[in-house]
Amino acid sequence: MLIHNADRRMQIYGALLLLPAAVLLATFAYLPTIATLINSLFLPGFRGEPPSFAGLENYQLLIEDQTFWRVARNNLIYALGTIPTSIALALGMALFVNARLPGRGFVRMAYFTPTILPMIAAANIWMFFYAPQIGLFNSLLGALGFSGVNWLGDPSVALGSVIVMTVWKEAGFFMIFYLAALQGMAPELKEAADLEGTSRWSFFWRVTFPLLMPTTLFVLINALINAVRVVDHLFILTKGGPNNATNLLLYYVYENAFSFFDRTYAATITVVILLVLAVVATVKFAILDRRTHYQ
Amino acid sequence: MSQTTLNASARRTALRLPGLETTAAWLLAIIWIFPLLYALWAAFHPPEFMVRFELLAPLTLDNFANAWEQAPFARYYLNTFLLVTGVVLAQFVVCTLAGFAFARFPIPGKDILFMLVLIQLFVFPEVLIVENYQIASSLGLVNTITGIGLPYVASAFGIFLLRQTFKTIPRELEDAARIEGCGWMAILMKVYVPLARPTYLAYGLVSISHHWNNFLWPLVVTNSVESRPLTVGLGVFSAPETGVNWATVSAATLLSIAPLLIAFLLFQRQFVQSFLRSGIR
Repeated sequence: MLIHNADRRMQIYGALLLLPAAVLLATFAYLPTIATLINSLFLPGFRGEPPSFAGLENYQLLIEDQTFWRVARNNLIYALGTIPTSIALALGMALFVNARLPGRGFVRMAYFTPTILPMIAAANIWMFFYAPQIGLFNSLLGALGFSGVNWLGDPSVALGSVIVMTVWKEAGFFMIFYLAALQGMAPELKEAADLEGTSRWSFFWRVTFPLLMPTTLFVLINALINAVRVVDHLFILTKGGPNNATNLLLYYVYENAFSFFDRTYAATITVVILLVLAVVATVKFAILDRRTHYQ
Repeated sequence: MSQTTLNASARRTALRLPGLETTAAWLLAIIWIFPLLYALWAAFHPPEFMVRFELLAPLTLDNFANAWEQAPFARYYLNTFLLVTGVVLAQFVVCTLAGFAFARFPIPGKDILFMLVLIQLFVFPEVLIVENYQIASSLGLVNTITGIGLPYVASAFGIFLLRQTFKTIPRELEDAARIEGCGWMAILMKVYVPLARPTYLAYGLVSISHHWNNFLWPLVVTNSVESRPLTVGLGVFSAPETGVNWATVSAATLLSIAPLLIAFLLFQRQFVQSFLRSGIR
């Protein structure tokens, strides 16, 4: 009886400890998620009228919205453009920095520094490169006698320019995970391979790369999340333009909610983002965590 | 004698390695650091030297003076400073309590609750800007520094990290403290928190960098100088349509990143370690 009471008290105490976090999470994570789902079923009320229930009408609009498909496609291209490139670069950087290299400290610092800059500052700096007349890229091209490219104004180039900047910003962050994994690898592997006379190329593909698979998957999850979550640079570089050529899903949400004041449609697009994140989370928890374990 | 041959052979291997790989590594490093060096060049030279690289171009601080004059950077600094300290301190308190509960208390349905917390690793406040703006506005938090920070206080990442750390602390220490008459709060403050110091450092550094750099949610929830942090201030200041001269934008950009950048250069190891630890989500 006494033990039972003590248990009870522990439970209550524990619940009280959880309370502040629970209240905050409910207010700023669960409640808005549910509200997003509900609002996506309404149409905005104009002139002070309350929003009216519309069933799946917003989703109907979404399917018929050419801009939405364009933005979704952009986001896919953006993910495909940034993720493999930055992962490959990150791996290359980690291999470089892990080897004996003169000036290793500087090289590592150079790779990692973009990670700690705000995206806004990074975009500002890259704006100096991309700007049409006075930008550095076009000045250099001009000096070499080529006509300039409209890096951010030409719809066929702009998304590529945004992708390049993002790769620059992200690769160094992913590098540190590869570097940690490489440093944790048993040196005996390399020694054994040397004894066997294995070439560095096949050692990399047969031993290093497979052993780094958990890191690659982990980095991949992070990169996927960032591809839908980070749109700060668009505010400086392109504002989603020209003609939505660089618009991404979350930026389109922002536009709908705070420029076009269509909250319910913004909620509908948010549902799409939440679905993408849910897929990523399921892949991570259900598949990856079962097969690999992280350090 | 053997020492010198060893050195010589070591030097030979060191010399053999260069060539292609070292060149590639260095080339990539130079490309990677170049944008930042260029920002430094642009900020410390008069505007006409933006794309003219002359070794003897005159140095100037005018761009910084202009930036400082044209936008209320002092206020932005204060706001960012208040935001970052407030968020990190509040996160420490809330996440410590929750992490402690998850690590040591028999709460019914604990595993399910913990999974619910982990959802926040994927559903961030900035993804929910539309509804979070609504909620912040109904709580009267729009255009306040509290409004920028509050959605991030119950951080799943912090709760997760502290729970892991607390779980590794031997129960014997807790029992010893109890024998000395400590209650739960005293045990937490005297045993768990001090032993988790490296975790607090790592989490604190990641959180500081994140909130120093955060943009989208602060942009949405603020609308005046009184509450805007540096990133939003910089975004407003340097938006291309404002037509501010580039050398000034460059100086403003450096002003906004300087404290974090300098801290990073001084404490590189700690920063990199912290970011590594952040890799759990």
